[in-house]
Amino acid sequence: MDLDKAKQTFIIEAQELLGAMEEALLTVEGQADQAEAVNAMFRAVHTIKGSAGLFGLDGIVHFSHTVESVMDRVRSHQLSLSSALVSLVLECHDHLSQMIADLQGGDPEPPASREVGQGLVNRLLPFLEGKGVEAGSAAPVVSRQTSKVPESEQGSWHISARFGADVLRNGMDPLSFIRFLGTLGTIIHMAPFVDGLPGGEAFDPETCYYGFELDLETDADRQTIEDVFEFVREDSRIRIIPPHSKVEEYIQLIRDLPEEERLLGETLVAGGSITAKDLEECLQRQKQESYEGGSVQGRLLGTILIEDQAVPPPVVAAALDKQKKFQERQAHELKVVKVQADKLDKLVDLVGELVIAGATAKVLAGQTRDDRMMESTAIINNLVEAIRDTALGLRMVQIGETFNRFRRIVRDVSKELGKSIDLEIHGAETELDKSIVEKLSDPLMHIVRNSIDHGIEPLEIRKARGKPDAGTLSLNASHESGSILIEVSDDGGGLNRSKILAKAMERGLISAGSAPSDQEVCNLIFEPGFSTADSVSNLSGRGVGMDVVRRNIDELRGNIEIETEEGLGTNIRIRLPLTLAIIDGFRVGVNHASYVVPLDMVIECLDLGPFLESEENHLINLRGEVLPFLRLREVFRINEEPPQRERVVVVQYGETRAGLVVDKLLGEFQAVIKPLGGLFRQIRGIGGSTILGSGEVALILDVPQLVQLATEQKHAPLKRLPALPVIG
Amino acid sequence: MFNIQEAKRNGQTVLKLAGELTIYSASEAKTGLAKYSDKKSPQELDLSGIEEIDTAGVQVLLWAKREAAGRKRPITLVNHSAAVIDALDLLKVTSLFGDPILIVPSGK
Repeated sequence: MDLDKAKQTFIIEAQELLGAMEEALLTVEGQADQAEAVNAMFRAVHTIKGSAGLFGLDGIVHFSHTVESVMDRVRSHQLSLSSALVSLVLECHDHLSQMIADLQGGDPEPPASREVGQGLVNRLLPFLEGKGVEAGSAAPVVSRQTSKVPESEQGSWHISARFGADVLRNGMDPLSFIRFLGTLGTIIHMAPFVDGLPGGEAFDPETCYYGFELDLETDADRQTIEDVFEFVREDSRIRIIPPHSKVEEYIQLIRDLPEEERLLGETLVAGGSITAKDLEECLQRQKQESYEGGSVQGRLLGTILIEDQAVPPPVVAAALDKQKKFQERQAHELKVVKVQADKLDKLVDLVGELVIAGATAKVLAGQTRDDRMMESTAIINNLVEAIRDTALGLRMVQIGETFNRFRRIVRDVSKELGKSIDLEIHGAETELDKSIVEKLSDPLMHIVRNSIDHGIEPLEIRKARGKPDAGTLSLNASHESGSILIEVSDDGGGLNRSKILAKAMERGLISAGSAPSDQEVCNLIFEPGFSTADSVSNLSGRGVGMDVVRRNIDELRGNIEIETEEGLGTNIRIRLPLTLAIIDGFRVGVNHASYVVPLDMVIECLDLGPFLESEENHLINLRGEVLPFLRLREVFRINEEPPQRERVVVVQYGETRAGLVVDKLLGEFQAVIKPLGGLFRQIRGIGGSTILGSGEVALILDVPQLVQLATEQKHAPLKRLPALPVIG
Repeated sequence: MFNIQEAKRNGQTVLKLAGELTIYSASEAKTGLAKYSDKKSPQELDLSGIEEIDTAGVQVLLWAKREAAGRKRPITLVNHSAAVIDALDLLKVTSLFGDPILIVPSGK
């Protein structure tokens, strides 16, 4: 086995487990039924400990053992999960994460980490008091089968024995078994069974005819009792039926078993309700019966076990349930394959090339005027389109994971600030491109922190304003015509317009006496170094952040807007494109050049003439709705004569619509987005470029910017865009 | 070592069983007891000399008891030795024999 690879697997597994643990920790408070979450935490720590033991990572084993012991006490209701304990376990979680990270970094257990670990262990110890566990001396593997069960769970075992004929001859004596059972506990009842003893000459003095039924009160476990009969099992019939209290215990044990593929029998053995010997025997019987009965399969194992009274029905039911659950889970797991992100990127790149090549083939096929050729390229193009969608779909991930990370941040930060904040998450299942999700995490973090720190007011102010004590912060995600909308809203104090204005004037961002719109005021907070916070905390207020947020969102071709009402709250909306790589485009022509509009943003296409409302103010009348329009010809300064008929493409971004006036409508087109070189970054109105089937370059229009431009121009004379350098 | 000695007590045949009545001597015991299955059949089996007895031995005794009962010439087990009492007790077969057992104070 490649140990490095195995270790890598361990690291990934551990990280996943820690993720699950953190989530459980963060949701456990306030839950009526904590069992599930507590189990999840326990399992995570337990599994990490076990795996770490395999690699000889004593530090991790040692530390997680202590955490596990505490979790175990919580699980068995000996300890309640207080808020303080949750916080402590969270710290332990962080430390474990750090240890895993150190391991990945190739420096397992730096001395500093050991100190932190010891500190945490020392704080955990009080929670273990009374348990008698030496947390300091970590036993790497805790056997699930304890040989002693607590006094209270004692009960009487029923043992039914019919000894084989040769038992005596083989030097075994039932007497000694009984004598030994007597040492394990108290035989509270016993009935001999000698009905098989024949009369007359048929009696063979060396054959054993003896058997018994007895009830034994003992605190020994099944295996111990079973071992008594170890040497006579083969030819005797020994049934050991657990006391009633044990039934519960077995069911519990079976439920607590780690999730693995197991056969029914194996589950029962692992749970201790039957022993390996029992199982072997029953399987043998099953085989035998199926052979004798001539059927393909004899009685089911569970049936045999129940009918032969080795195992009480509820225990079998629990084991079967467990088996089924695992099968379901496995079926689900099989659907998930982990793929390296770079392989996926490579695939998407290739698909992009395929789309371009496909478009070229389509154009060439069209020129041949060969029907069969055209049909075949059309089919190929359909397939390419399907492949493109699938390939891009592969990169889609749910945003929920990113959102969930904020539970922790909200919890920590609000604790630190002494505020009580509820986090609401909606639309966690909304999918978007993985690369976007990754880049979104930081900006969201800034916004969330700002909301907690500046947005939501301290308790006294909230009370004074008649708001509920606990502030609410909500994260929403949803799809909106070709883009994704992420909202962060709080019910805090909102942005203080006058404060921002004063600060902006002080910094010379706006001139005194000007009356900017609310939106403009809000946008001021995105200026570098802008902060109105009276005090600088270690969370926010240094004025670093919101400008970075806007830069990050811009890089994603998204936009950000703020809606705020003083005293009531703030709503920050981020709109992002669904994907970064390939889009369905709508191709339009102006003069000799082609431009591509993302198809999702296209509402409809019209002739300009009949809808023209005001040439002067650049307005069209779309069935009663007046919309601004822009002539691309003017935007890009194309000085050729316009054609007789001009067309309008009505586009929508967010809630704003506008018309783009073009010469020709050229139809749908799959555009593989190629980023523009650094030289062209500053040009507004252009979002990227793409290659047409003919090999020509087409520019992809940046609809949000154009829509904004059209809207601005409604109020002000047309601002010329900087001259567009000639491309290609 | 196992042996059977015939004795008379009050005109009745008493068989005194002595030594080790175990799996090793069970056959011998059966054969020995079978000899008395006719008219000479004894009324009592004196077990005072049994030093050791195991399940096989108990089975032989049970067989003999049942055989005798079957012939309508029941026998009684008497003078159980400590080893016999212990074995019968452990196997919980005392009641199957139905013979009164004189419990001797263990301290002698």
